[in-house]
Amino acid sequence: MAVTLTRGPSRVDAAGAGPHDRFAALRRSLVRNLRAHAFLIGALLCFVLFTWYPMIREIVMSFQRVHYGETQWVGLANYRQITADPEFWTAWRNTLEFTGIALFFGFAAPFVAAIVINEFRHAQGYLRVLVYLPVMLPPVAGILLFKYFMDPGYGLFNQILHAVHLPTSSWLASKSTAMPSLVLVSTWGNMGSATLVYLAALQGIPGELYEAAELDGANLLQRIWHVTVPQTRLILSLMLMLQVVATMQMFTESFVLTGGGPEGSTTTVVYLLYNYAFNYDKFNTAAALGVIMLLVLGCFSALYLWLERRGREE
Amino acid sequence: MTNAAHSGATRTLVSPVRLAQPRGRLLYRLVLALVLLVTTIAFVGPLYWMATGGFKSSQELVRTPPTLFPTHPATHAFTEAWSRLGMGGLLLNTVVYAGGALLFQLLFDVAAAYALSKLRPVLGNVILGMMLASMMIPAAALVIPQYLTVLDLPLVHWNLQDTPWVIWLPTVANAFNIFLLKRFFDSIPNELLDAAAIDGAGPLRVLWSVVLPLSRPILGVVSIFGVVAVWKDFLWPLITVPSHETLNVGVNTAATSMPENSLIAGLFLASIPTIALFLVFQRNIMAGLTAGGLKG
Repeated sequence: MAVTLTRGPSRVDAAGAGPHDRFAALRRSLVRNLRAHAFLIGALLCFVLFTWYPMIREIVMSFQRVHYGETQWVGLANYRQITADPEFWTAWRNTLEFTGIALFFGFAAPFVAAIVINEFRHAQGYLRVLVYLPVMLPPVAGILLFKYFMDPGYGLFNQILHAVHLPTSSWLASKSTAMPSLVLVSTWGNMGSATLVYLAALQGIPGELYEAAELDGANLLQRIWHVTVPQTRLILSLMLMLQVVATMQMFTESFVLTGGGPEGSTTTVVYLLYNYAFNYDKFNTAAALGVIMLLVLGCFSALYLWLERRGREE
Repeated sequence: MTNAAHSGATRTLVSPVRLAQPRGRLLYRLVLALVLLVTTIAFVGPLYWMATGGFKSSQELVRTPPTLFPTHPATHAFTEAWSRLGMGGLLLNTVVYAGGALLFQLLFDVAAAYALSKLRPVLGNVILGMMLASMMIPAAALVIPQYLTVLDLPLVHWNLQDTPWVIWLPTVANAFNIFLLKRFFDSIPNELLDAAAIDGAGPLRVLWSVVLPLSRPILGVVSIFGVVAVWKDFLWPLITVPSHETLNVGVNTAATSMPENSLIAGLFLASIPTIALFLVFQRNIMAGLTAGGLKG
């Protein structure tokens, strides 16, 4: 099975099993392995430097503090400090709120869009390009654009709402609407990729299944529920997990649009982590927050894998 | 469009018989028109507003009701945006970051995936497993120790801040790339490689003249997504290259101090490169999104 990229006759010699031959075989295998590891070394070093080592370092430094240039072990002091900060709990609540609303819209919207687009015999290519366009913008450009649309005074959104005699909103300026507004921006900017992934999954569903369901008298919604959803279950659950992990790390929208406000209502966990490190200059406390984040999302990923395996066994 | 025109295609949720009936056809057209209208407004509308906004004056931008076309189109907002943002510099930085990241990713990730797929060294599977496990790690949670690491690289004590290396090297640690590439290489039959090896080609030669020519589609996918990822990143360049900003970060830094029409013009200019990239490589990008899916 394994490819030996050495020259042809060598394998025959190895069977001869003299002490000299065995040494030669060992040497060949050593050379082969060294060569293979030479191909690996570049990527491996980058993984060591920028992923594995930082992970260990984060855990270590979360139990330390730096006093006048001297590193000391402080036990759980960083964890006590971060959990005693009322902003810590607000940030988690905000992040969960964002994730919750973003899942409701950002998860449902692409799936519905994909189902609808998949039904069309016309303009499919056009619609695909359309939903994917915002994904290709530099995020800040898309986000800043919405700052103008969402201005409570002259913003386009309020003008439209006003024109059709609907109540206007204060969008980013009020505590209660700021987070849903950020979800809107983020969904607009990101739903394209999920839509295209779902579309590809939908196109793999055999038409006979729909036919059979229809003969059994299933109506449109029943066909979606009993054919479309189970047939795309695997990709749906994978995208769900990826989306939860991605939305839990929301930072850019808050940083660019609201600066975490108004009154801390859009300060997310990553935003707080950024503040602790780069505004309060408390890297070790920020690291403790990072470890907490790793644990929470790690538990979530483990739960997902467990459910996924159980689902597959059934 | 009647039933006959698409009878060969696989049927979807709605039965083709239903669509062929007059009522079904009417409903289909109605829904199609509505969806086209709504999505065009929702997705092209903001871009249109951005594209035309730069040609308006700041007063016209905030006028109620808004104007559909600029009343006195002027281009000076674009020239002002270009100079105020230092757009030339931002663009150059971003191209250098994205280009170098692409190069290093292709070089190291392809070599690693080839080693893991075909050369199969001792501990290869352990290394692959550890790389794949890192996909589960939320990137933002590691930003602090990563930042401290690039300020003072272990053993050699180099400070990479504000150098392109700080963008280039971490992009190599991309497990998803290695996963995609390895899976593609796995599908290349070993007999092909053995034949080349018998002709006396070493592993590097086999990679270059047998594996890579066969892997063009996946290399295209990895390249495009590699460039786009650097182009769109925000938090990492924000903290690591503060004096040589990317387009994405630079636009935000300058945003508060600019007249509104210039800022809109700047946003438009900043959006052109990736939109152009998308329109040119549309097919590869769409294919790439499905390659990441769960097929096989």
